[in-house]
Order: sequence, then C-alpha cells, then structure tokens
Amino acid sequence: MLGRRAALVPALAILLGFALGALVVAMTGRSPADMFAALLQGLSGVNLAARSFNPRYPGEFLVQAMPIMLTGLSVGFAFRTGLFNIGAEGQLMVGSLAAVAVGLWVPAPTVVHVALVLLAAMAAGGLWGAIPGWLKARFNVHEVVVSIMLNYVALHLNNWAVVDLFHSVDHVKTPILPATALLRSPALSALTNGSRLNWGFVPVVLSLLLYWFVIERTTFGFGLRAVGFNRECARYAGMKVNRSIVASMFVSGAFAGLAGAVITVGIFGFGRAIPAAEGYGFDGIAVALVGGNTAVGVFLSGLLFGLLKAAQPLMQSQGIPKEIASIIQASIVLFVAMKLGIEYLVGRLRAGDAPAAPEEAGT
Amino acid sequence: MNLLATMIPIALVNATPIVIAALGGLFSERSGIVNIALEGIMMVGAFSAASVTVLLEPAASAGYWAMLVAVATGLAFSALHAFASIHLRADQVVSGTALNILAGGLTVYLCQIFFGQQRTDAFATGLSKISLPGLARLPLVGGVLFRDVHPTTLAALALVLATWFVVYRTPLGLRLRACGEHPQAAASVGIDVLRMRYLGVLTSGALAGLAGATLVLTQDIQYTVGSVHGTGFIALACLIFGKWNPFGALGAGLFFGLSQATSIYAKDIPFLHAVPQDFFFMLPYALTVVALLAFSGKSVGPLAAGEPYDAGRR
Repeated sequence: MLGRRAALVPALAILLGFALGALVVAMTGRSPADMFAALLQGLSGVNLAARSFNPRYPGEFLVQAMPIMLTGLSVGFAFRTGLFNIGAEGQLMVGSLAAVAVGLWVPAPTVVHVALVLLAAMAAGGLWGAIPGWLKARFNVHEVVVSIMLNYVALHLNNWAVVDLFHSVDHVKTPILPATALLRSPALSALTNGSRLNWGFVPVVLSLLLYWFVIERTTFGFGLRAVGFNRECARYAGMKVNRSIVASMFVSGAFAGLAGAVITVGIFGFGRAIPAAEGYGFDGIAVALVGGNTAVGVFLSGLLFGLLKAAQPLMQSQGIPKEIASIIQASIVLFVAMKLGIEYLVGRLRAGDAPAAPEEAGT
Repeated sequence: MNLLATMIPIALVNATPIVIAALGGLFSERSGIVNIALEGIMMVGAFSAASVTVLLEPAASAGYWAMLVAVATGLAFSALHAFASIHLRADQVVSGTALNILAGGLTVYLCQIFFGQQRTDAFATGLSKISLPGLARLPLVGGVLFRDVHPTTLAALALVLATWFVVYRTPLGLRLRACGEHPQAAASVGIDVLRMRYLGVLTSGALAGLAGATLVLTQDIQYTVGSVHGTGFIALACLIFGKWNPFGALGAGLFFGLSQATSIYAKDIPFLHAVPQDFFFMLPYALTVVALLAFSGKSVGPLAAGEPYDAGRR
C-alpha cells in the first residue's frame, strides 16, 4: 500500500505536468501533437511525419540522461539526510575543472588516466559540496543559501580557469584533452548513427548501484537516513549528526562532480567557459524529487527528464519554443511538492467514500 | 575619491532591487513562509516590465506602467507558491525551487512567442532619472539621494520605512509576526493564520515583481534569462543577515550594491587591476557567504518559518 502510494504522486504529477505543458503549447497557438511527436522521436528515433528512423535520437537521449541521473543522485543523497543540495550545479563545474586539470596535466596510460580523471572530479565536487555541509554543521548557516552562492562562485572560477589557468586560445574552450583521458567510444557513436553516446554510462550505472548499496545496505547509510528522519532523535541515539551532515554533503557533491566529468570527458573532450549555469543542478532536483530519492526512481526519472531535454531541439524545429521543457519540468516538481496536500485530499476522498478523481487535488 | 563618487550612484542602483526584494522576503518569512522563489518572481516581474516598456515606448510613462504590471504579475506568480505551501502544505523550499525553474522557462518561452527570440526587444530608456530640486540642495545626502536618481531608489527607502511601520507598529504587523513565530498560539486568539500567510506571500510577490522591474529598467536594456542573475537569492541572504528587520535589510542591500559596483570598477582601482575580473564577479556571492558566517548564531529568524501550518499541533 505504501509502495503504491509512493509511486502514485509522482505518476500523477508527471501526467499533470505534461497536460499543463500541452495546454500552454495550445494556448500559445502551437500544436501539442507536434510536442508529443517530438518526444516520441527523441525516445525512439521514429519520425512519424516523415516515416523515417534515425538511431541518433535515442543515442542523444541517453547522453542527456546520464549527467542528470548523477545530479539526481547528488540531490537525492542529501535529501536522505534531510539536506537540500541546491548546489549540485557548482559542484559539477568544479568537478569538471578537476577533470580537465588531471586530463591535461597528469599523463597516465589508457584506463588509468580516465579513472584518475573521474576520481579527481569526484574529490573536487565532494570538497566543494562539503563546504556548505561543514558551515551548516559548525555554524548552523543554512545550506541552501550558501550552496546557491557557491554556484555563482564556481561559475566564475570555471570561466577564469578555462581562460587563464588552462590557457584557452579562443577564450571559450581549453585545449583538447588527450585521448587517454576521454570516455569517447567510436563504436557506440557509430551504433547510434553518429550520436555523442560514450562510455559515460559505465560510471553512471556504477553510481546508481553504489547509491542503492550505501543507502540501503550499510551502517553509514542507515545513520544518514536516521539523521534525515529526525535529527534530534539521531543525536540522542548517539549518532554524530554533524559528521553525518558533512559526510553526506561530500558524497552528494562527489556524485555531482562525477556528472561534470562525464559531461566534459564524455561529451566534449575539453573544458568550456560558460555564460551562465546550464541547469544540471535544477534538473537533478527534479530527478531526485520525482524519483523519490531512490536509485531505481532516479534512474527512471533521469530517463524521463533526459528525454525532455533531448526533445528540446526537435520541438524548437517544430516552432514550439524549447523552454516548454522547463515549464513541464517545473510543473512536475511543483505537483510533487504538493504531495502532502494531494495525499491528504486523496485520503479524505477515500474516507468520505466519494469516488471522485484524485486529479482534482492538483489542479 | 573621484572613483568613489562614480561608484556610489552605481551602488545605489544595484542596491535598490536587492532591498525591495528583501522587503518582500521579509513579509513572507515573517508570516511563516520561506520564499526562495524571490528570484523567479523577479524574473517574471522583469520580463513583464521589459515587455510593457517595449510596447508603450516612447511614452514617458512607459516605465511606470511597466512597474505596475510587474507588481501584478509578480503577485499572481507568487499566488502559486502561496497556494502550494499554505493550502497544500508543500515543502516551501521545493515549491520555491519549482517556481524558479518555471520562471526561467516561462519568461523565455513567452519571449519566443512575442518577440521571436530568446529575449525581449531592447527598450530605449527604461526608467529615467529624476531630481528633486529642493531636497537636492541638502548638504551631504542631497546630491547623492535627490539629484539624478531613479525614482525607484527613493521608493525603496520609503518602502523600508513603510515596512517597518506596518510590521512593528500596527496590529496587522503584530498578527503577521505572530503567525511566523507560533501560528497555533496566533490561531488560539482568533487570528486567521492561513489568511495572514497569504497576505505575507502575496505582498512578497508584489514587491519582488517591482524589484524585478526596477532591476531590468535601471540596469539592463532588455530582459534575458540572465537579467536577474541571482539577485533574488542575494536579497534572501540580505534578509538573513539583516536579521529579518527592514533597516537591517537596507544596510545589507547597500553593502551588496557597493560590492557589485566594486566588481564593475575594480579594473580602475590601483592594486586591484591585476586581479582577473572573474574574481570580482565572484565577490558579491563570496561576500554573502562570509556575511552569513559572520552573523551566524546571532540571527534568529521567525521560529515557524518553513513549517507547514498544522492547526492540530500544540
């Protein structure tokens, strides 16, 4: 019963989110059918209108899903300890910088080099995430405001490092990393008709498994969840709450840092200066919330939001502004946030034996 | 010294939207609802103000109509946060985050519908500066505050006073604060907690909408998704180390205005021009963290802020 109800709210929220998105598209004089056709094409590669099939689209869809699964794990891990990590974006950028640094400056043989790159990114992201954790544990400063500020610091740090530290020639990207540092896979790319699909899925799958194992099967994970359920109770039971907070934010940041590496050495092969945050952190919040902060949930909702991102250019080419994806995503998050209210209303309807549709709760 | 003379007006221009938005946050948090959506509401306000200005210019009153519309759209947008977090007892930080994502998507979506591009068209003047002839001759403050200033800067100062008066000197303010401290106790003496919280959040929406309009009309030439660039979050931080007090928020806002002005003028300051400019872009954000640290422990926010109201709890 509990399991079914846990899945009921996200499922309802997703339906409502897409319905609202379709409504916005229709109200602004575009065709919702085009939107859903673009989503189908992004998912399967099948273009209904042209009756054609292109495996590049599903390849790109997986490419989009990989980093946001990792930022989803990042946000979810912190949530489990009762912390809101809105700073995954910054941790990701710092992770990406560390990946570039190890890629360019530390020569190593093939497999070892990539492993070093990924580990460095995790360490850097973890340390960046541990800052708000430590400040919260030591000085009781709210982690949300601190990590938002650190996102902006990381953005400018990134842009400085790309240009000044790594000697960008064009002020936009660093020199290309040696092939030993990359996750590139010509075979996977060829299989999907030249998409950017790469070996990045290996660390992503390992992370999903690790997340499940640590949270559900270790004393460390149990302690974190206990702190998340009731901080004072955990303290009373003799758990080191402050240490849990810092550790949780470190692990959380490490997942985000890994996402940065997967993007940089998987998709691009060089570090980039960027004008503004790219939204991976916010994507991670949506992924974690809809996925209920579990490994399986993050995997599934990562696929969903990855699809939404991958379908953006397809929608844009149909005349539907690609920002509809953010609108749908935000609506889904908002509906999931209304969970308490929805459950309360569903429960009251059931208790009153009124056979009304639960959808009414969210509209 | 000359440099300081050019920096102070810039600092005032930068501080104005921060202060107005922080006052908005004050109303919301004092009523017991954390409003992390200030950033998103500012985006909505900035977008509507820029659009209305583009539409009405060259009429001299364009900027004022724009601000009025921004107040209305900000208020309407914040109603979503109010409904989710008050009636449906949503996690207030999550609901606010959803609004921030929504604002970024919705404004740029509408830009594409109305203007066929990722941003609004550029407007010509935005909001013109004014001078108050009599007051401008006052010693010291006259030249800075009353000559060639945006009317919004004066409005922000007036709003600080008005907020202080309403929150600390009226029965309404007392009730509002009671709902943020101990809503069950407030309810026990007959205060409608839900209504007070709606009032708090909607006021914050109106003010944040105005703040967004102020920002885009005085610091930008058009609305883009980067126009607000974290100002709403900085306003939230100002509220925290301004100790949820209007004058504290004013002081914190001025401090950040100055630090932003410093990041613009750093290259003209001897000793500092060798430092890469990116580090000065970081400055306001890094200073926020430092300021939060410096005031940690001492700052006591509304006790019940962030908790959904449960009438059955004691």
